[in-house]
Amino acid sequence: MTARRAGLIGCTSCGRVYTPGATDCPLCGQALHSREPASMQKVWAWLIAGFCLYVPANLMPMLVTSTLGQAMTNTIIGGAVELALHGSWFIAFVVLFASVAIPVGKFLVIGILALSVQYDWDLNRKTRLHMYEVVEFIGRWSMVDVFVVAILTALVQFGFIVNIHPGPAAVCFALSVALTMVSAQCFDPRLLWDSIEEDRIHD
Amino acid sequence: MGAHSEASSNRLSQPASAAAAHSSAGSAEVRELPGLIACPTCDMIHRAEPPRSGEVARCSRCNHVLIAPRPGSIDRVLAYSLASAVLMIAAIYFPFLELSTAGLEQRMSIIDAISAFSTGLMLPLSIATAMLIVVIPILRALLLSYALAPLRRGRPPFRRAAEAFRVAETLRPWSMAEVFIIGTAVALVKIAGMATVGIGPAFWAFAAMAVILALKDGFMCRWTIWQMLDPRRG
Repeated sequence: MTARRAGLIGCTSCGRVYTPGATDCPLCGQALHSREPASMQKVWAWLIAGFCLYVPANLMPMLVTSTLGQAMTNTIIGGAVELALHGSWFIAFVVLFASVAIPVGKFLVIGILALSVQYDWDLNRKTRLHMYEVVEFIGRWSMVDVFVVAILTALVQFGFIVNIHPGPAAVCFALSVALTMVSAQCFDPRLLWDSIEEDRIHD
Repeated sequence: MGAHSEASSNRLSQPASAAAAHSSAGSAEVRELPGLIACPTCDMIHRAEPPRSGEVARCSRCNHVLIAPRPGSIDRVLAYSLASAVLMIAAIYFPFLELSTAGLEQRMSIIDAISAFSTGLMLPLSIATAMLIVVIPILRALLLSYALAPLRRGRPPFRRAAEAFRVAETLRPWSMAEVFIIGTAVALVKIAGMATVGIGPAFWAFAAMAVILALKDGFMCRWTIWQMLDPRRG
């Protein structure tokens, strides 16, 4: 029996179960909804905004290194390739995984989950929930590259000889990660289970 | 325990009378149905029966962990919060990394890493970095301490303690201390060929803090804390 079938509302924060009528949970103050209103609409809005920023994040320079007055720029992928060429295969893999595999995987997974809810795709419910939980857990790790840029910029400041500055991609990338994290948080996982029940409400 | 139980992983049972309890309520007034817990990921209602300490109770449908009581968890969460706050002060104060090459030396603190983006239009990113690696981890520790400290001695919780706990939980994914440590490791490899890098005391303080924050979240049983914060049960 789900809360909705019983005509009740469960708080997603503290788990308390209430009869309908309250806007906020009396115990913890969380907004009470049987299902997050317009969940898919919010998910798509944040996801598309995140994707729009992910494109320039990969095209613009992430790092600007100037050595004796000569500036050299690196994109996210360029920086990882350079690491690999220097023989740091493992670190290159970590960077590529955090900055490319996780964000791209996240766009795909959230997109597939949202479509599966909107079009009633018959996918395994537990698999879908696992996909959602992995995306929610792993999304924040993408921020690694932004912190790398921050540390390098703070550390490598030797005036004219060599110094490192952040490129515009750092802002785009950080925003893209944040927006997709919000997108995942707007996704109400309870919707993944609704189509099993007869009482599915299309709204 | 619920109807279905195993040694390490218990599934909670479903109430027989949730709908009946509701229909008997009748009035428009909002009423809590005591003793029930709704799974936050699939909406299934269960009877909230805490398993033995150290065991976990899971949702019967989606396997989500609903209740996971641990012995002395309040004490531990408070101790970890306090320790993380002390370590954060050390991490901000001491040098984080030192770089030396051809007679030139450069020291860097956490504050320097935060202000790396402070020039021109990137300022918001500096503020965001400060939030993610310093402000939010500390804020969470403070909010948790505020919510839990009175409970330890069996006193009633402070005003709005439940809200403080909810906010601390909402902020959890935005506390990125451990991500920053991985970022440091990557940065170290990137400059290792260029210069000699020394690791400062702040690095160790920050790394220890990241571990402690992870332990703290692992030890917390949300449901047990919600029970203690609930004035009707306190």
